[in-house]
Amino acid sequence: MTTEVDDTNRRDFIILAGNAFVAVGAASLIWPFIQQMNPDASTKALSTVELDLAPVKEGQAITAMWRGKPIFIRNRTKEEVDAANKVDVSNLPDPLARNDGLPANDPATDANRTKAGKENFLIMIGICTHLGCIPKGQAMGDSKGDFGGWFCPCHGSHYDTAGRIRKGPAPRNLEVPPYQFISDTKIKIG
Amino acid sequence: MGGHTSTYVPTSRWGKWFDERLPIARMMHGQFVDFPTPRNLNYLWTFGGILTFCLVAQIITGVVLAMHYQPSASGAFNSIEHIRRDVNFGWLIRNMHAVGASMFFVACYVHIFRGLYYGSYKAPREVLWILGVIILLVMMATACMGYTLPWGQMTFWCVTVITNLCSALDTIWQGLGTAIVEWLWGGYAVSGVTLNRFFSLHYLLPFVLCGVVALHIWALHVAGQNNPTGLDIKQPSDSVPMHPYATSKDIVGLFAFLLLFAWFVFFLPDYLGHADNYNEANPLVTPPHIVPEWYFLPFYAILRAFTGSFLGIPLGSLAKLMGVLAMFGAILILAFVPWLDTSRVRSTKYRPIYKWFFWLFAFTCLALGYLGSKPAEGVYVTWAQIFTTYYFLHFLVVMPVVGLIETPTKLPRSISEAVLGKSKGGTAPSGAAPAAAE
Repeated sequence: MTTEVDDTNRRDFIILAGNAFVAVGAASLIWPFIQQMNPDASTKALSTVELDLAPVKEGQAITAMWRGKPIFIRNRTKEEVDAANKVDVSNLPDPLARNDGLPANDPATDANRTKAGKENFLIMIGICTHLGCIPKGQAMGDSKGDFGGWFCPCHGSHYDTAGRIRKGPAPRNLEVPPYQFISDTKIKIG
Repeated sequence: MGGHTSTYVPTSRWGKWFDERLPIARMMHGQFVDFPTPRNLNYLWTFGGILTFCLVAQIITGVVLAMHYQPSASGAFNSIEHIRRDVNFGWLIRNMHAVGASMFFVACYVHIFRGLYYGSYKAPREVLWILGVIILLVMMATACMGYTLPWGQMTFWCVTVITNLCSALDTIWQGLGTAIVEWLWGGYAVSGVTLNRFFSLHYLLPFVLCGVVALHIWALHVAGQNNPTGLDIKQPSDSVPMHPYATSKDIVGLFAFLLLFAWFVFFLPDYLGHADNYNEANPLVTPPHIVPEWYFLPFYAILRAFTGSFLGIPLGSLAKLMGVLAMFGAILILAFVPWLDTSRVRSTKYRPIYKWFFWLFAFTCLALGYLGSKPAEGVYVTWAQIFTTYYFLHFLVVMPVVGLIETPTKLPRSISEAVLGKSKGGTAPSGAAPAAAE
């Protein structure tokens, strides 16, 4: 009797252990097949870009590329900076700064979306946070939306002069990439 | 399958030898030659065969195109033009494939609305119906990935928008959606890497589709076909053998469909596409007005209906997630239709109240399709929100409630009575033997 119970327990254990090995084995075999689809080494290698902002005059905007994404750089006019500063941050749809160089909880003030002393330069990833279109507002004659910043024509998101979402379906402010001024006019993104 | 026994009799010694070892001819004969088919099927029932034709046609033309296409960011756009201009008959095969995708969806939508009108989803056909919903989803995924391959401006940005739908998950768990999107892209934006993997999957999914279609047909042959009366086959006189009765009708329907197909292939091959797609993909410029292919427009309108507020209800930062959920929900809700419809009667023909709602629903889908092609602003958004609301109300309220309160009109006693009553000017001899169905 006891031997039989013993046998059953041993068999249960072997079946459980066997199944566990199969599960772990299957998972570790599947992992390379999933992981192969993530960004590869050559994609990750293109992680920093250096730019000279000296030719960008006040009121002008340029678009650079970083990691395959467009980077919006606008040398804002005094009026545009003032307009951005006047906004009450607590009333914004997204009150967070969305600045990769700052802690995640910092408020979306204009100062938190730019670098101290270089407030005229607004540098952002130019991808609408709704579904990834490139907003209009960089080129002369583009629609800049209801708030004088950028307007995404795909689904009608309006961003203000600090790149913050003000109206439309986009959930977040335009993201500020990690960057620093390496000289008075040069920046390094990434 | 289906309790129907094949009457196959091998005619040669070799046939008998083979039948004892692999009875495939016996099965085909039982399922597609002497299979009992309702005698009253109308032309809407030819779309199952038409869809099978479309799938086979897409696979054949697709395999040929893959022999000439280059799945790379630098080569894709030019290789399509190379196919259209240089490859022998490339213009024909490419047009067949591109137009074929649209025709596939035309037939598919007719097939779905036919099922909805005649209650083809009701017991015992629930699994058959759900397999159909799975086929629709796989078809959409295949079409979407196939649309990436020409690598024009419209395809590039449509793919960007569609893959970005996953990033809505960031609202639930920060970083989850972004991780999924980067995994799909194989980078930080849509690139040639993405194109390569979509080409691979676009080649794979049609064969998955074949498998699910086989299950769909299997389930169909277990329950037997529904018919315009929605009545079951109760007596031998209610049915005719599939061949030659249903098969010949299928062929007439298919040829009529092919006239439309050929008209587009030869005279309007680009009519259903977009001029923007003749610009090569440019990751720095979004076209001013992006729209998906026509067959996605109703779902696109639902996605865009969720802006900052929905019919006056503020949504705030949830708008994006809700739009995405509503768009996928609009398809997935179809899977629950067998249980949402509470009516005892299958066919809408005998449902005086529901009939009106059915056509209102059909109109809603067309209206959403129109609104999906318009820019997302002003009055278009409001109308899209109204029709989106009805789209869901139809399933969640109209279907359960109307089924309970409605009194169906009098049903014929059998399929035979319905058919013979009509052909003899309304005086149906009840229980008359159908001499014609020999």
